[in-house]
Amino acid sequence: MEITAAAQPANWDGGVSPFGIGWSKLMMWLFIVSDGLVFAGFLAIYGFIRLASPDWPDRSRMFHLDFIALMTFTLISSSATMATAVAAAREGNRKTVLRFLLLTVLGGCAFLGMQAYEWTGLIREGAGLGSNPWGAPLFGACFFVLTGFHGSHVLSGVIVLAMTAVRSRMGMARAEGVELAGLYWHFVDLVWVFIFTLFYLI
Amino acid sequence: MAELANPVHQPSSFLRRYIFSQDHKVIGIQYLITAMFMGIVGGLLAMLMRIQLAWPGQNMPLLSKLFPDGMAGGVMKPEFYLSLITMHGTIMIFFVVSLALVGGFGNFLIPLQIGARDMAFPFLNMLSFWTIVPGCLIMMGSFFVEGGAAASGWTAYPPLSAVRSAVPGSNWGQTWWIVGMALFIISFTMGGLNFVTTILDQRTKGMSMMRMPLVVWALFIASVIGLLTFPALLAAAILLLFDRHFGTSFYLPSGLYFGNHLLPNKGGTPLLWQHLFWFLGHPEVYVLILPALGITLDLLPVFTRKPVFGYRMTIYCLYAIAILSMIVWGHHMYVSGMSPYVGEFFAIGTLSITLPSTIIGVNMIASLWGGSLRFPAPMLFVIGVIVFFGTGGFGGLFLGNATSDIQLHDTYFVVGHFHLMIGGITLLAAFAAVYYWFPKMFGRMMSDRLAKLHFWLTFPTFYALFLVMHYQGLAGMPRRYYAFDKYEFLSGMVKSQVHISLVAFVLGAAQFIFLFNFFWSIFRGAKAEPNPWNAATLEWTTASPPPHGNWGEELPEVHRWPYDYSVPGAASDCTPQTVPPGIAPVAM
Amino acid sequence: MENRASYRVAGKCLAITVWLIGLGVIASGSRRWLPSLASEHGAGIDVMIRFTMAAAGAMILTGHMVLGFFLWRFGSQNKISFRLASHRMERAWSVAAVLVMAVVAEGGVLVLGMPVWAKVFASAAPSSALTVEVTTEQFAWNVRYAGPDGKFGRTSPQLISLDNPLGVDPKDDSAKDDIVDLNIIHVVVNRPVKVRLRSKDVIHSFFLPNLRVKQDSMPGMTIDLWFVPNKTGTFELACAELCGFGHYEMRGILIVMTPEDFEKWLLEKKNG
Ligand code: HEA
Ligand code: HEA
Ligand code: CUA
Ligand SMILES: [Cu+2]
Repeated sequence: MEITAAAQPANWDGGVSPFGIGWSKLMMWLFIVSDGLVFAGFLAIYGFIRLASPDWPDRSRMFHLDFIALMTFTLISSSATMATAVAAAREGNRKTVLRFLLLTVLGGCAFLGMQAYEWTGLIREGAGLGSNPWGAPLFGACFFVLTGFHGSHVLSGVIVLAMTAVRSRMGMARAEGVELAGLYWHFVDLVWVFIFTLFYLI
Repeated sequence: MAELANPVHQPSSFLRRYIFSQDHKVIGIQYLITAMFMGIVGGLLAMLMRIQLAWPGQNMPLLSKLFPDGMAGGVMKPEFYLSLITMHGTIMIFFVVSLALVGGFGNFLIPLQIGARDMAFPFLNMLSFWTIVPGCLIMMGSFFVEGGAAASGWTAYPPLSAVRSAVPGSNWGQTWWIVGMALFIISFTMGGLNFVTTILDQRTKGMSMMRMPLVVWALFIASVIGLLTFPALLAAAILLLFDRHFGTSFYLPSGLYFGNHLLPNKGGTPLLWQHLFWFLGHPEVYVLILPALGITLDLLPVFTRKPVFGYRMTIYCLYAIAILSMIVWGHHMYVSGMSPYVGEFFAIGTLSITLPSTIIGVNMIASLWGGSLRFPAPMLFVIGVIVFFGTGGFGGLFLGNATSDIQLHDTYFVVGHFHLMIGGITLLAAFAAVYYWFPKMFGRMMSDRLAKLHFWLTFPTFYALFLVMHYQGLAGMPRRYYAFDKYEFLSGMVKSQVHISLVAFVLGAAQFIFLFNFFWSIFRGAKAEPNPWNAATLEWTTASPPPHGNWGEELPEVHRWPYDYSVPGAASDCTPQTVPPGIAPVAM
Repeated sequence: MENRASYRVAGKCLAITVWLIGLGVIASGSRRWLPSLASEHGAGIDVMIRFTMAAAGAMILTGHMVLGFFLWRFGSQNKISFRLASHRMERAWSVAAVLVMAVVAEGGVLVLGMPVWAKVFASAAPSSALTVEVTTEQFAWNVRYAGPDGKFGRTSPQLISLDNPLGVDPKDDSAKDDIVDLNIIHVVVNRPVKVRLRSKDVIHSFFLPNLRVKQDSMPGMTIDLWFVPNKTGTFELACAELCGFGHYEMRGILIVMTPEDFEKWLLEKKNG
């Protein structure tokens, strides 16, 4: 359906989808909104706590920002490979789909690996859910809960992508399935941008 | 029925058809029956509470068998009373009313009333029901874990709920409570996604948004509110779990001292939880009342034989309530120690929510005006809803006003207010809906005689019970008290407690009439005509009970709004939505 | 309709019930429910509550009368008398409803409520105020006065023990003359009282029904509130926030004394 049709009121009259997309995509969008709100909740809590804590640690001392930048770069590149896979799925190019899905999975795994590395480093230096050698102990709690929650999203994204890859290998994946997985993956990446900005930079 | 155009075949095995069914009608009924079961549990807990409040320290040896800890020696312990109120509130709000109105009628009605074959994603729908069942079991099971069920109120304020030694129920009971709530939230998020998608995407030809029955509108807005606010509580509950088990201190400040121990926590604040909880908790009450009002507005035209008053205005008001409900959560926290300037902002916001509510209230009364009223049982309950909405809502005027809330906060005035609202309105509307849609569900009628008896035993008793609590609250009686014999200024209240409890027993007993009527009528009720109430909405144009897939080969086409009653020039006083303009004039 | 006769009866029964309910609410509402008043700002709160009672009472009465009338009148007619109200009429009714409610609700809070609220919560206590520190714990009220030097001794949670429930630092000189008490607060009539509210464990709430005072004590925070008791006598202090199994018996006492009696009590306390 063309995009222009969406503006016409006839689309709301029933019998057709008002946004010109199938229900599964609509539902994915709605899911992303509500999942996004969980993150918004966490980030709001983080903001509240941060404003209420006087001795917030100096982040440049505890994080290696160049390493974090590399993590961010990896994740964002995986968004690009995902976009290529989606485009290929629309054209019906199964080989490219498979190749770029696998690349995306690789990117996700690399990100998870780097996060695990970062976590172990911090834990070794004494950070934990209830402690933080650089200042306010709640920093540790916020950090691990928030990045952990995001990490679990990356993990589930990787699993979904891997499943899509297998299905596309067997010729069972529809273009829409790849697209939905892609939507979710972009969402997970986008959330990271917020976490990166609010947690590491500001 | 002819073969369906869609290849949706009725699954044949009993298990797939009635237990793990993906048919929205079966799922709706499953939700309803679960809600009824949980309603009995929640009601019995209330009866135990009323026994204690009227006759403190009563010896009940029988109960000590069921609750060997809480009722040791047959006498209720204070902490067990707290578990009772906590579980009563939680179960009633989340596992009775939400299940019945949103899960039950939402599932049953939405596809039927918008002309869809099923929900957008039937599998997700089934999953959402089967997520709530373990939630129910976990909630009830928590009575039997070490320390008993959660005892920090349905609001679960930390530190009481976060520090495990603060109260016995804060042991494993609180953890189970969090898990049960998490399951509830996940289930309702799945359900809400399904509802919103279905309503936006699956309407049949001609069913524009402004031709939807008001109950579908109400369910739509309620689902949107739910989707927007449940995430905050999910986040908050995860953090509470971390505070309880993994040593974080999101809600725990430094210097907490319990039982001769200084806790190591540092830096958090209990106020954070209150903000998060009420950011959900307040909108949640509208999630429950909007479907109830929608049911009321939907039934009124059927029993007055004329359209509702102010259809459009009502829809705008639903929107307004949805938006306002998200910015007034602070009215539960006027005296919590948050900034007084913020308090005043919340007071003004809270009272502005009474404006759209009043329009809806006036519209409900005005819908009777000039009609030709009929009074089968559903209509009686609908009138009850209007009365409760008036009294309960005007109670909100006292509480929303920060100045008078200083005196009334956490007294029985609040208890009276919310029972009329969240208990009375939603339950009466659910009863009305069950009596009204029962023929659609099972193809049989419920006994109208018993239903009327049920009404006359439920409505006046409920009103008397919770109206009196308003006055007790004005006299300063604090809520969540195990007994009132320690205070002189409450000595005048102790006597009225016995009366209240006796009325409560009548009320509780009356519910068994309903339950009996329901289950008896499934098998023995009189066979229903296809459109027993002579109603115009879409669900009455198909068979009762509707076949799998709801409609025959073709989906119905809609030509008019849902309330074309007594159209001048039409053959009958009810013109169903499917009648084309050529046959009866479209007269909106 | 064959059931018309029975509907007529049902409509009338329901109408009478609704009328009786409306009258019942008003009749019981007009009794004196609020506990007797003993503070200055409490008068303002009472005015607010009475205003709302009158306004809501009038609306409840009107609503029930109209509802009952509709049930009575239209329960017996076989044909509807009119079908659709015009859009103009619908709008007019909405505007009328909104106007009434705006005056009652928003008008009430802005004109009557806000000034009282501002005085209670958003203003500092006068300098003549008697300062009392109340530290809540499961299930008691720890009361402390600064003593003649007007200064509270330093406290620290690390020092809390059974004999030192507040964790007062014995090395601090200003702690020497502090007066501590349990569950009983002595104050002077007509002299402002400033309460510094703290909590050791969970949330409690400082509720003086007769003085129209209620304030949660929040662990991790010190919350100041003030009021002026204007009647001598003994008043009960209740805990209004769920705090554990002893919530219902966390009772305290506020004794409002004449200045002379208060001096006498202070002397006794110092010597004893
Ligand atoms: C369905 C549930 C529901 C609904 C709809 C409401 C509606 C409202 N509530 Fe209520 N409320 C609760 C459920 C609900 N509440 C619960 C559960 C609690 C307690 C939680 C706890 O602490 O445990 C609570 C507590 C609560 C508080 C906190 C009290 C305290 O703890 O100190 C406040 C304060 O502002 C408040 C205000 C309001 C207001 C202003 C409305 C307004 O929306 C009301 C608007 C309605 C009207 C103004 C009526 C208009 C009607 C007509 C015009 C018709 C008239 C007809 C006749 C008279 C026949 N509520
Ligand atoms: C929907 C909400 C709901 C309902 C219906 C009720 C019903 C009742 N409640 Fe309610 N109650 C709460 C929600 C509810 N309550 C909440 C949230 C609290 C606060 C808890 C807290 O402080 O943390 C509370 C607290 C509370 C207290 C205060 C305790 C205290 O502060 O110390 C009391 C005291 O009497 C009480 C009594 C009763 C009684 C006698 C009933 C009677 O009406 C019970 C009679 C039984 C029924 C009417 C149920 C019948 C229903 C069915 C059989 C299911 C029907 C199913 C379908 C239609 C599908 N309740
Ligand atoms: Cu202390 Cu309740
Ligand atoms: Cu609220």
